[in-house]
Amino acid sequence: MSRQQTTLKERPSTRAGAPAAPRARRRQFTTRRGFVILAFMLPAAVFVGVFTYYPMIAGSQMAFRNWNLTNLTDTSWIGLGNFEKILADPSFGTILGNTVLWVVASIVPQFVIGFAIALWLRRRFRFRGLYQALIFFPWAISGFLIGILFRWMFNGEFGVINDVLKKLGLIETGIPWLAEPSSAMFAVIVANVWYGVTFFAIMILAALQSVPDELYEAGALDGASKARMLFQITIPTISTTLALTVLLRIIWIFNFPDIIWAMTGGGPANQTHIITTWMINITQRGDYGMASALGLLVVAILLIFSAFYLMALRGKKEVTA
Amino acid sequence: MINVESMPARITRIAFLAIWLLLTLFPLYWIVITSFKTPGAIFSFPLTYWPEEFTLANYISLFEKADFGVYVLNSFIVATGASTVATLISLLSAYVLARFEFRSRTAILMAFLVTQMIPAFIALGPLYLLMVQLKLVDDRFGLLLVYIAVCIPFCTIMLRGFFANVPDALEEAAMIDGCSRIGALFRVIVPVMKPGIVAAFIFNFVNCWNELFLSVTLMNKDENKTIPTALNGFISSFNIDWASMSAAAVLTILPTMILFAFASRYIVQGLTAGAVKG
Repeated sequence: MSRQQTTLKERPSTRAGAPAAPRARRRQFTTRRGFVILAFMLPAAVFVGVFTYYPMIAGSQMAFRNWNLTNLTDTSWIGLGNFEKILADPSFGTILGNTVLWVVASIVPQFVIGFAIALWLRRRFRFRGLYQALIFFPWAISGFLIGILFRWMFNGEFGVINDVLKKLGLIETGIPWLAEPSSAMFAVIVANVWYGVTFFAIMILAALQSVPDELYEAGALDGASKARMLFQITIPTISTTLALTVLLRIIWIFNFPDIIWAMTGGGPANQTHIITTWMINITQRGDYGMASALGLLVVAILLIFSAFYLMALRGKKEVTA
Repeated sequence: MINVESMPARITRIAFLAIWLLLTLFPLYWIVITSFKTPGAIFSFPLTYWPEEFTLANYISLFEKADFGVYVLNSFIVATGASTVATLISLLSAYVLARFEFRSRTAILMAFLVTQMIPAFIALGPLYLLMVQLKLVDDRFGLLLVYIAVCIPFCTIMLRGFFANVPDALEEAAMIDGCSRIGALFRVIVPVMKPGIVAAFIFNFVNCWNELFLSVTLMNKDENKTIPTALNGFISSFNIDWASMSAAAVLTILPTMILFAFASRYIVQGLTAGAVKG
């Protein structure tokens, strides 16, 4: 009996009646099953293995070598030399700061605006479907093209943003947005916020719709106000989903060079680079050793951050439970 | 809770949603309007919010001055080929990952998820060297192979979610009736899952159509460039020609917007299914 139960557990997809079949037939089925798994998984595994994992893993040893496309005669092992080169680069501090600013200043407004939209979209109204479809459209555009759209709008001379600000009387002369480091950082973050709000709106709306109505009914019976229900029913119920969505998004934005690449290319004078745009820049210069070192650094930073984030999340959950 | 709404709350809600809609649509409006203005009107004051004179000159010069037709063709070939193959391969892997429990299943799923967090461009250099060895640099077929690999992980995860909604009984019945497993998959399950598969295909297509950093690295010759690669060349030149650029941007965005309009509902489903359950 117990034996049969374990077999059942191991193969929930086994057809009804199969556990009662003779052992020989079962074994034949098992090998065929193994064959199906292998045959169906193989193409995907080969592609991802060869073109994604092989370059990543084979490339990570380059991080410890003097590996420059412009001088391939000496690709010797230099230990942490590439990492030292990164730390010694005069723009590294700025780039690290920019990366943190890029992630935090993008994600906070994305989350807040996305949350508000999701809350307000929960109520049915006549054109809700159409509205959702319309605000969804930034997603059809690549980050790179969004960068181009905003680069044109933030143009210092003929940009529409300066024109609107002048019409509103907020400024008198046009601001050369992308020519100054601080205003350029502001501009790329505006573009990123614009792009990312939809993602949060959609994810949070899906989470909100998973909160059972009974909770609100119970709250209403107890005479709770709307604000109280938001903070004591809605947010606690979906907090884990929200926290995980935020984590995934932090990792994603950290690795999202497209908008900056299109709007400033990291300039002026390397002042708007984030780690990943800088990495692409270094790759294009041919210094694969330094680029790989930077890649490993990104992975390490994100792993450590995620570990702390998840630990904090678990700790908090235990406190509330 | 959702039933009563005071007048001020209602006004705030409508105003907020309306403003956001306006902000969302304006950049698109602006690039479209720019593309139909004469170059003289684009670079003169005051800026016009509705062109005094509509012209197709920017679009025409795009095809005359640059090989834009070639870029469009390259993008179309690579994106169509890669997303078709990737969707078929992912259909098989998603099926196995949804229907069977086996030892390495979690490991495979994790390996696929990790590729979503560490984007492909982190290994740009080594990938370039690999493609040099395979003699696939500056080759549309080479780019196509790389794009297949880029599409597979997310496509598999997405399709796996859709498989979960199709009851096992369906293919079991077909197999009892003498269908092979692959026959059952393609004759019975695929028709049921059609909307999900189309959405996955469109999602892949849009990603390949838009991809920049891999194609910039792997495609050097002008005749092999995809649209984003060509646009990247336009913006790194010292003076950007915003007249042709706006027309190029509109032509790049248009097909993906049309496709997304069809598939957005399913893409949202695919994206949120995992998140909410987890």
